[in-house]
Amino acid sequence: MRKLLQNPQALAGGIIILFLALVALLAPYLSTHDPGEPNLWAILLPPSSGHLLGTDDLGRDVFSRMVYGSRISLLVGLIAVGIASVIGIILGSISGFYGKYTDSIIMRFVDIMLCIPTFFLILAVIALIGPSIFNIMVVIGVTSWMGVTRLVRAEFLSLREREFVLAARAAGAKNHRLIIRHILPHALNPIMVAFTLGLGGAIFIESALSFLGIGVQPPTPSWGNILTEGKDNIDIAWWLSVFPGLAILITVLGFYLLAEGIRELSNPRLKK
Amino acid sequence: MPVLLEVDNLQTHFFTPEGVIRAVDGISFDLSAGETLGLVGESGSGKTVTALSILRLVPPPGRIVEGKIEFAGQDLLKLTPSELRKIRGNRIAMVFQEPMSALNPVLTVGSQVLESVRLHQKVSRWEGRDKTVELFKLVGIPSPEIRFKAYPHQLSGGMRQRVMLAMALAGKPDLLLADEPTTALDVTIQAQVLDLLDKLKKNLGMSVLFITHDLGIIAEHADRVAICYAGKIVELAPVRELFARPAHPYSQGLINSIPKMFSGGKDLKLSALPGTVPDLKNLPPGCRFEPRCPRALPLCRKYDSEQKTIRPGHLAACINPLNQ
Repeated sequence: MRKLLQNPQALAGGIIILFLALVALLAPYLSTHDPGEPNLWAILLPPSSGHLLGTDDLGRDVFSRMVYGSRISLLVGLIAVGIASVIGIILGSISGFYGKYTDSIIMRFVDIMLCIPTFFLILAVIALIGPSIFNIMVVIGVTSWMGVTRLVRAEFLSLREREFVLAARAAGAKNHRLIIRHILPHALNPIMVAFTLGLGGAIFIESALSFLGIGVQPPTPSWGNILTEGKDNIDIAWWLSVFPGLAILITVLGFYLLAEGIRELSNPRLKK
Repeated sequence: MPVLLEVDNLQTHFFTPEGVIRAVDGISFDLSAGETLGLVGESGSGKTVTALSILRLVPPPGRIVEGKIEFAGQDLLKLTPSELRKIRGNRIAMVFQEPMSALNPVLTVGSQVLESVRLHQKVSRWEGRDKTVELFKLVGIPSPEIRFKAYPHQLSGGMRQRVMLAMALAGKPDLLLADEPTTALDVTIQAQVLDLLDKLKKNLGMSVLFITHDLGIIAEHADRVAICYAGKIVELAPVRELFARPAHPYSQGLINSIPKMFSGGKDLKLSALPGTVPDLKNLPPGCRFEPRCPRALPLCRKYDSEQKTIRPGHLAACINPLNQ
């Protein structure tokens, strides 16, 4: 942990994410206006001291909407990646530990899933079952576990040959015990990297879906749909598009930096 | 003494793309309760694979293709996986050569020993903890309560091997498979661990299959010796008998390669066995030792010699044995 703080990339990423998490947590205290309250006397105002990031075409405060939107974006990211990681860890460890036919079947399934362009699959499924925050989280989760699966499988393939696994087996340990207690902890580092990278990706997908209008539905604010609503007035109100865009960029960047930092620390070749 | 373990014509082969490696090719021996049998041989002579075969833990592409392993009246080769797990660690335990790689680096040594305790005894976490601390005391780990929370890398080699021993003893096994338990240790620690092993064996009444390439250790700590060569046992005899009157030229060669302290001023040169172990993928048609054997006869190239009783309790597989 201390080493993580000494790594400039991880530190920068960590600060960004900590800041975002705080914003999301303290949303009710930070927001200056009700994010859903229209105000016809204050339509499309530029950023000022009254409205930090200006107002939209219904007179809603963009700053407050973005603060609340951070909650949705982070939540969608966390839960979607959580689902993907759980699926990936389970399938990956089974695949890597048992090998043979089990491995072939799971890996071919992964290949099939990877053949389908994920984003269009998500689009199609959401179009079918209807957009809601819950649906989006689940659909992103169940379409993005393949990377984690391959990663965990690769780790297990090398770890299961290690002597301590043989020793635990010689002591009479059962397979599920070997998987959960003896092997999985060793794979934690790459899983963390994948988790962090996945978070940035999931937030990005959610924003893209909301931008296309089949993500988080108005009036619930998310960075993606603030961006969408802003695009109609982009020629007269730049702040409607620029700020949510920046927020997405910074968030994704933050997660990537953190992931890169963790990866660097866990790679023995880069250690001094 | 009743026979505890009987291995009969065990054959464990590895099916690699380059061909079949006959790592263990017809090994037979028996082990009585409370006895220590030394299994001696060079690297690649099939010692470790024999031990792994007894626990049925031969890693793929290895497979036990033939033979019988009878332990306390049960044929181990016919047990189901769950029956096997009741034997592993509980009735037969194994100590590995390199404790650093046999201990899990991310778990504390205490929790690993505790796991072994709880795998075989229905005890609560707290009772198990007490038992673990007791085991640590038994194997001579100082301040066991503090060591409980240590990670493997924080302990010295000797301490790690003691932890391995504690893990192996957790199930109070009848048979301990010790696979070169002292090879990774320096000489003084080696002596400590060996004495400890002897003491534990006496107090707990275990049988030990002691695998090593060090005949010096065998001379002091084993009751009987089996000499392995290229997947076969070439000679099996009580320790004194083997050192006094070895029958197989290979055994003789091994004994000659031990440095002697009192050579009377002459013969100070150590004799080494010329040549290396044959390729296990294509073994010579006759005796496996023939290419290196100083006493080889023309016959040895054609026929592989069967094991014969030379004297009561002394078996050797040689057409032209020594000290007849």
